[in-house]
Amino acid sequence: MAKYVVKRILLAIVTVFIICAITFFGMNAIPGGPFDSEKAPSPEVKAVLMERYNLDKPVIVQFGLYLKNLAHGDFGVSLKTGRDIMKTISESFAVSAKLGGMAAAVALACGIVFGSIAALNRNKWPDRLIVFLSTLATAVPSFVLATLLLLVFCIQLGWFPVFSTDSQNYVLPVIALSLYPMAYTTRLTKTSMLDALGQDYVRTARAKGVAPVKVIFKHGLRNALIPVITYAGPMIAYILTGSLVVENIFTIGGLGSKFVTGITNRDYPMVMATTIFLATLMVVMNLICDLVYKLVDPRITFD
Amino acid sequence: MADKNNDFKKNPFSLQVDLSRFSPSQFDLATEEEKAQQEVMSESTTFFKDGMRRLKKNPLAMMSIVVLVLIVLACVVGPMVVPYGYEEMISVNGRRDKTAKNLMPFTWSKNEQKAIDEGQKLFPHILGTDEQCRDYFVRILYGTRVSLAVGLFASIIVLIIGLLYGSVAGYAGGRVDLIMMRIVDIIYSLPDMLMVILLSVIMKETLAPLIQNTVLAGLGVNMISLFLVFALLYWVSMARLVRGQILTIKENEYILAARSIGAKPARIIRQHIIPNCLSVIIISTALQVPSAIFTESFLSFLGMGVQAPMPSLGSLANAARSGLQSYPHKLVFPAVVICLIVLSFNLLGDGLRDAFDPKLRR
Repeated sequence: MAKYVVKRILLAIVTVFIICAITFFGMNAIPGGPFDSEKAPSPEVKAVLMERYNLDKPVIVQFGLYLKNLAHGDFGVSLKTGRDIMKTISESFAVSAKLGGMAAAVALACGIVFGSIAALNRNKWPDRLIVFLSTLATAVPSFVLATLLLLVFCIQLGWFPVFSTDSQNYVLPVIALSLYPMAYTTRLTKTSMLDALGQDYVRTARAKGVAPVKVIFKHGLRNALIPVITYAGPMIAYILTGSLVVENIFTIGGLGSKFVTGITNRDYPMVMATTIFLATLMVVMNLICDLVYKLVDPRITFD
Repeated sequence: MADKNNDFKKNPFSLQVDLSRFSPSQFDLATEEEKAQQEVMSESTTFFKDGMRRLKKNPLAMMSIVVLVLIVLACVVGPMVVPYGYEEMISVNGRRDKTAKNLMPFTWSKNEQKAIDEGQKLFPHILGTDEQCRDYFVRILYGTRVSLAVGLFASIIVLIIGLLYGSVAGYAGGRVDLIMMRIVDIIYSLPDMLMVILLSVIMKETLAPLIQNTVLAGLGVNMISLFLVFALLYWVSMARLVRGQILTIKENEYILAARSIGAKPARIIRQHIIPNCLSVIIISTALQVPSAIFTESFLSFLGMGVQAPMPSLGSLANAARSGLQSYPHKLVFPAVVICLIVLSFNLLGDGLRDAFDPKLRR
């Protein structure tokens, strides 16, 4: 147990380090520096600036300095706005976390309910309808769905404002983000629920006269939810990357839109910071999900 | 003699057959037709034929094959039939027609209408034109072509790398396997989409001078960096799958037999192991195609996919956002095509799995 946890944590640390290295050296490999814009400063000023931001040192030394600053929570300064990136990230992450959290909650809640309904009505019309819709939902990219929702509900029907900074128009972004993970959770819950209901202990419970509702919830659903935990990690990754475009489409100032505008503006420190932040978040979430999965089910052995 | 036979009185308890009750014609050799009636066993089938039979019984899978064939045919034949190019701005009588901007489906611009009234024959704009006076139908056809090509090539790259890496790791075993799989573990836990975006930005900038004036330049930097990104990141799940298959197949007796008569490892992998895990590999390649198309359209939507003016379904959808209010059809068409392609590949992949995966047989 302890050995497994230590191994996983070490692997996660290595992964985060590799992500930092890829982003840093990749960004440095791109020709042109931050001060090579059209309004280029004079050579003297440039030299001072280079020294100020340690850009005159060898790349490997810069990497060491960057890691040192990173450990102190310092991501540097945005090249476009000149603002401290850490501040920008913490502000925009609050928005993204709210959106992502709602999407994850909706996806899990609806997915588990629909999946259970499909499993309990196997081969009847509710099952067929749910399977049909979830197959359809997995074929729609999030950006297509988001744009179509915007088109139908904001422009054609006018139910929601196209642009607003209040929190009330989170409905459409949440739908756009949660549909795919919802469909996946539904399919996963259905198969594992069918599997759980086919087990011997369920038959035993029914035979000794346990109430059907109790059998479904206590013996069926509780065991069926264990595989769903493993999907939580990939789901968080999907929601975080999906929010890149969804936030952009609905003009929500979250982390995703900062990343996208960073790329289009060639604001490399911003891209680097957001990549490292999001990637670390995903790796940590994956780690937590895997560990929880193993803790919840004592039948799973550590190896 | 005959008389004597007739005189012979049969013992009532004798089991001897009384031949006089039959005519000689009943003792003829059986004809081919009669032999066929006795056939109890059905024709022997191969694994492939058996799978195809199952696949043909699956209406959803067959429907998706039909849809895919239609889409591929449209992509191939369409640009030959429609006389416009994907980056060609509409011109009338050799002069650029600036009134042919943002036309609705099946309408003509003022200048074109004039030309038609004068008796010229023009090809209709089936889906109208875009904001740069280009025929939208042709752009969608080319966009579909690009998306399909990216999907197929990316899957092939993934297949080749994953197959080689996985089979070496699985066959070698021991410490080699351990180290190779650690590398896979690390790449696997990298968040793919972020890395794809980052790498495609990096590669676009660094590759451009490298491939100038080569054959590859024609493809466009973005396209090549897209393939490279797939080659770098997406082979890991294929490698894991192949390794897992090989580890189980390796324990079989026929492998031991082959090794004991001196077959070389490469031959054992080629002749005995690969054919036995082929079905699993084909299925996961079929499911790789839609995910590659998804990724490509996602990147193109963010403006990091294929290079303009070359269209792709994602970049078309992205371009349609600017005129969403007035020209919603420009978003709907590429969106529908992406969904159709992805849905068909998903259903086909599911059908293939049901048909060819021996573990699912009931």
